[in-house]
Amino acid sequence: MVTVISIMTAGIVIGLFIRNMNGFLKKLDLVIILAIFLLLFFLGLAIGTNEMIIQNLGSYGLIALMLTTGGVAGSVALAFLVYKFIFKR
Amino acid sequence: MKNSLLIIGFFIAGIFAGYFSLLPSIILKSDISLYVLYALMFFVGIAIGANRKTWSVIKKARIRIVLVPLTVVIGTFAGVVITSFFINSISVSESLAVGAGFGYYSLSSVLIGQLKCEALGVIALVSNITREIITLLLTPFLAQYFGKLAPIASGGATSMDVTLPVITRYVGSEYAIIAVFSGIVLTILVPFLVTFILTV
Repeated sequence: MVTVISIMTAGIVIGLFIRNMNGFLKKLDLVIILAIFLLLFFLGLAIGTNEMIIQNLGSYGLIALMLTTGGVAGSVALAFLVYKFIFKR
Repeated sequence: MKNSLLIIGFFIAGIFAGYFSLLPSIILKSDISLYVLYALMFFVGIAIGANRKTWSVIKKARIRIVLVPLTVVIGTFAGVVITSFFINSISVSESLAVGAGFGYYSLSSVLIGQLKCEALGVIALVSNITREIITLLLTPFLAQYFGKLAPIASGGATSMDVTLPVITRYVGSEYAIIAVFSGIVLTILVPFLVTFILTV
């Protein structure tokens, strides 16, 4: 996992130096989305071959919805307070 | 929107290919996906570093504006931690990792799927897609009852692109700038926070 952060930091530093290569940077967005497509395909592949995950998809979906509800409610509640006491004044 | 359908399409195609064993098992056992992930993180890094918007946003940041993405992070984490107490099968750190996607479902799900386990990757995918959908649907309601920062908070990382049009419509252009700022900061934070949470 340290590898992931190091690789990304290296990318950021290189990005700083090549910020004028507009042609290349336009292609970069395409490369990123293609890599994400490929990785999601692999994620699907790993799930499709895993009997246990397939059987539990319903409960995973439920957990996901509960976490979304909690996360959105928490951030909206705090945003309400920040807006009321700091921004609106 | 076109991309989100494609993303779900690839994911479902993968499930079918896996379920019906359409691909040779060598692909599954190999580390290809790990190397693709490394390449992806490298390119995402370059995109962040080379993006002029990233740096101008950081330069322009005033204390008050910085509070917004911070609010989203703290509020989301508090919410998912409380929620995780009601779910037996998920730990606090796993919940935090899912929450740290802030709606950026493509990147967070593949990261979590790779670094932790596929099951949590699926949860992250569904959870963060729903965050985007909830924001698209509830923005008028949130803006009216919880103030202009509420839809921005709900949108998380998506408030800079997918959910920006609807947010702008209900909070006005002055707050739209804050939405873009918050979305950019959170988008950059996602890979760092997710990796960090799963490491600790």
